[in-house]
Amino acid sequence: MSMISESSEGQTASFGSAQARAKVAINPARISIDNLDFYYGDHKALKGIKLNLPDRQVTGMIGPSGCGKSTLLRVLNRMYDLYPGQRATGKVMMDDMNIIDPKVDVNALRARIGMVFQKPTPFPMTIYENIAFGVKLHERLSRSAMDDRVEWSLTRAALWGEVKDRINTSAMGLSGGQQQRLCIARTIAVRPEVILLDEPTSALDPISTLKIEELIDELKHDFTIAIVTHNMQQAARCADQVAFFYLGEMVECAPAVQIFTSPKQKRTQEYVTGRFG
Amino acid sequence: MSDSTEHLVKSFDTDLKQLRDMLTEMGGIVESQLAMAAQAILNRDADIAMRAVEEDPKVDALEREIEQFVIQMLALRQPMAGDLRRVVAALKITGDLERIGDYAANVAKRSVVLGQYNLPYSLAGLSHMATLVQEQLKSIMDALGNSDTAKAVEVWRSDRVVDDIYNALFRELITYMMEDPRNITPCTHLLFIAKNLERVGDHTTNIAETVYYAVEGEPIPDVRPKGDTSAYAVVRPKE
Repeated sequence: MSMISESSEGQTASFGSAQARAKVAINPARISIDNLDFYYGDHKALKGIKLNLPDRQVTGMIGPSGCGKSTLLRVLNRMYDLYPGQRATGKVMMDDMNIIDPKVDVNALRARIGMVFQKPTPFPMTIYENIAFGVKLHERLSRSAMDDRVEWSLTRAALWGEVKDRINTSAMGLSGGQQQRLCIARTIAVRPEVILLDEPTSALDPISTLKIEELIDELKHDFTIAIVTHNMQQAARCADQVAFFYLGEMVECAPAVQIFTSPKQKRTQEYVTGRFG
Repeated sequence: MSDSTEHLVKSFDTDLKQLRDMLTEMGGIVESQLAMAAQAILNRDADIAMRAVEEDPKVDALEREIEQFVIQMLALRQPMAGDLRRVVAALKITGDLERIGDYAANVAKRSVVLGQYNLPYSLAGLSHMATLVQEQLKSIMDALGNSDTAKAVEVWRSDRVVDDIYNALFRELITYMMEDPRNITPCTHLLFIAKNLERVGDHTTNIAETVYYAVEGEPIPDVRPKGDTSAYAVVRPKE
């Protein structure tokens, strides 16, 4: 008996079918937002937002200017409390606490949910004092414990190696990228659970930007992170899930790979491909 | 593969259009190569066979050009979502087209050798197969141009027919070879020709899958049709 056959070709998988493997699993929510409305006076800036921030993962928020993404960050640590006429309704649940409940202790909340802004905002103090300042508001630490905390947070913020020999010099002498990492160190020094980043690299050069992105990747092992960015590639590089906002609404939220390869909503597709309008 | 809304950066649209045009041009050359190769077998026309072979360097050059262009677009434009899928799809499709061109050239070369033999049997089956794969290639290039996924699925399903004809030809040619050993050389060439055409069908199916993914953002929701069973065929020679 002889077998007559020619070379047989392996069956190739259908194009795109391996996508599932690249998809990240999204963790359970650390913060759960439901039916959130936000008003600047009469102007409704957020409309019925429903979004989860998964535990110890990065949520990227993208959308054109004025879409509400920064407003949402401001809601998450009650920044809007400082301004009269601004109010939020709905649910922003962290454990059993509704963050926007007026009874919530805002100072305690901000120790749990830290925020880093677009421009580095070091205090005009030494590097050491910049870190210690916030810690002292919430905790009483011995001198050596405080030294440890300063070193720990600067190390976590990937800045220790660069500043350890001038820890008692003014923070104003640091470069922009170093100042921003100092602000991140200051934020994590009070050991929050959630870190909010509002365009943290928009004022930085590309190398400093990459250092911050590497830092975000490192920090997400311990912290839940939300980052607002205008740089879509940055959201693609950093985020596990991405939420696209438009005109105060959350249009689509999905794993980053889906948003940037196969978004489901036409608006999202138009925005991420640069066809908005 | 057009998109209804225009890109905010006009030169991005220009690049996407150029990519589309290059693929269309490459598809056109490969289609004509295939047509010439089919004619070369049926009409025993060595001149047209040589013309099919001579097109090959053009196809190869276009493939390299498209590859280079895709790399350039990925680096400089950083396409996202639908654009990203289209650009990557172009890279895959150019590879499939290049292979189809190679198969067509190989069919043409074998037709020249076949010209030296008396074939005491009809080439109707082979002719039918050649017509089918040509039609499929044309359809899929149209589907690509119009982002027509329904048509892509149609082409994808029709590969089954090509496989069936190939299996029938495979058996038929073996019968001729067993009848008379002098048939072995021409029939082996015919077998390779049939196999090449069958492979053209497979690459056309690949393109159909790629077009579908590029447009819809998800794979064709089905298992790939695979009807070539000749690899498992067992023939028992007379004792």
